[in-house]
Amino acid sequence: MIHIPDFANATTVQVIFCFLAFITVITAFLTIFSRNPIHSAIYLVICFFSIAGHYLLLNAQFLAIVHIIVYSGAIMILFLFTIMLMNLNERHQVHKPRITRLGAIVSFCLIVIVLITIFINSKPIVGDYDSTGEDFQSIKVLGKILLNEYMVPFEFASILLLVAMIGTVLLSKKEKLNK
Amino acid sequence: MVDSAFIIEKSVVIVVVFAITMIMAMYSTWAERKVAAFLQDRVGPNRAGWGGLLQPLADGLKLFSKEEFFPNTPNRFLFVVGPAIAMSTALMTSAVIPWGDRLHLFGRDILLQATDINIALLYFFGVVSVGVYGIMIGGWASNNKFSLMGAVRAASQMVSYEVAMGLSMIALLMMTGTLSLKEISLQQTGMNWNVFYQPLSFLIFLICAFAETNRTPFDLAECESELIGGYHTEYSSMKMGFYLFAEYANMFISATIISVLFFGGYNYPGMQWMVENVGVNAANILGIAVLFAKICFWIFFYMWVRWTIPRFRYDQLMNLGWRILIPLSIANIIVTGIVILRHDLAAFLGF
Repeated sequence: MIHIPDFANATTVQVIFCFLAFITVITAFLTIFSRNPIHSAIYLVICFFSIAGHYLLLNAQFLAIVHIIVYSGAIMILFLFTIMLMNLNERHQVHKPRITRLGAIVSFCLIVIVLITIFINSKPIVGDYDSTGEDFQSIKVLGKILLNEYMVPFEFASILLLVAMIGTVLLSKKEKLNK
Repeated sequence: MVDSAFIIEKSVVIVVVFAITMIMAMYSTWAERKVAAFLQDRVGPNRAGWGGLLQPLADGLKLFSKEEFFPNTPNRFLFVVGPAIAMSTALMTSAVIPWGDRLHLFGRDILLQATDINIALLYFFGVVSVGVYGIMIGGWASNNKFSLMGAVRAASQMVSYEVAMGLSMIALLMMTGTLSLKEISLQQTGMNWNVFYQPLSFLIFLICAFAETNRTPFDLAECESELIGGYHTEYSSMKMGFYLFAEYANMFISATIISVLFFGGYNYPGMQWMVENVGVNAANILGIAVLFAKICFWIFFYMWVRWTIPRFRYDQLMNLGWRILIPLSIANIIVTGIVILRHDLAAFLGF
């Protein structure tokens, strides 16, 4: 079922959520539609900030700040770097062949179908959330859980990052050898 | 519901902290000239007011009355946004710093801190990492090759030194066990300063703080002989004033963070005795004075270094960051871990 929000009796949190969600969606679209690659990157940064705002609304301070540090502070800066130095010209629009466009449309339709079925079949949580009495905002609790209960997935994620890093170093080395 | 007295209290604290940050940044420019003059055996500014004390006001007036110049750029909006981001990120960090313990006024305890969040140190890192955008966007929107070069240099320097800074902090955090600056201050009562336990961590943090604020010996972003003026070459009037002002505000904030993390913050020997025998207010006002004395010392240290040590070369800067500071801070983390877990390790090895 789709719930239509009651705007007349909205609480502060709901108003903030609507505002943030609006910014998130608008900037996400602008990231794709803006012609200038630097503008796209900046819109994406704003989008990341509004997502951090959503985390704060969910009372996840740690996640919000780490999200800002990692995505806005590190990844997007490197992105902006490469785009600025590559000096991409906005008039250089590559003309895509027809088969690529057709493929894009088909995959878009498939994704839309999957998403719609997910929304239709998803069931909202009935009843209250159970409270464990633990403060998951505090880094102490978070650290203990990550390195005890979720040790294996945590290590898998770090191995994935390590592999990606080694791969990048290897690729850049190869390019230099060819020159 | 939050009562109105709480809101008034917090608003007063925030306004006072904001005003103090601005005033300290303003007078840092005066102090910089005076220190430079002292180190070079000159007099320094001495025309406006006694000892040149009105010089920052005169400078501000001059910057405001200068002509606003816009370069030929397609991104006028981003050109204005650049200094705005630099200035606001420079002022945002002061929200989490504990300036003192508490004052007892009008029958209620007033905490001398805008907000005590339990991730205060991470918040500091987040704001610092966002500060890079002010420089990058400003440098790029200037539509000038030299500005872009300066911006790229500044940003790559800040990003690389952030890594070493974060790693040096981890060793400290393993010892304190908290990210809240208030608790870190409380743990350092008396002369129990963190610098005695983590000297290496302090040294790395200090070097990285110099690099983060783009001060000499790491001011390659505004290397005059190579890059004219760096990322703010095209800026004029108060927009350039904001960039320069943000640098001084950043210097004040990092001096504060150094004092709070490593030099006991507002603590001084005998503070507990003062609270019991003289009164909470007197003890804490003295505490604030002590904190500001520490901050002023570190600001002086920044200037001292600036007028003593020449600038690094760019490859030396990157070598220092990636090849020396990062391995050193990782080694520091390992040593700290071994020291913290020495009893468990001894038991494990069968002693």
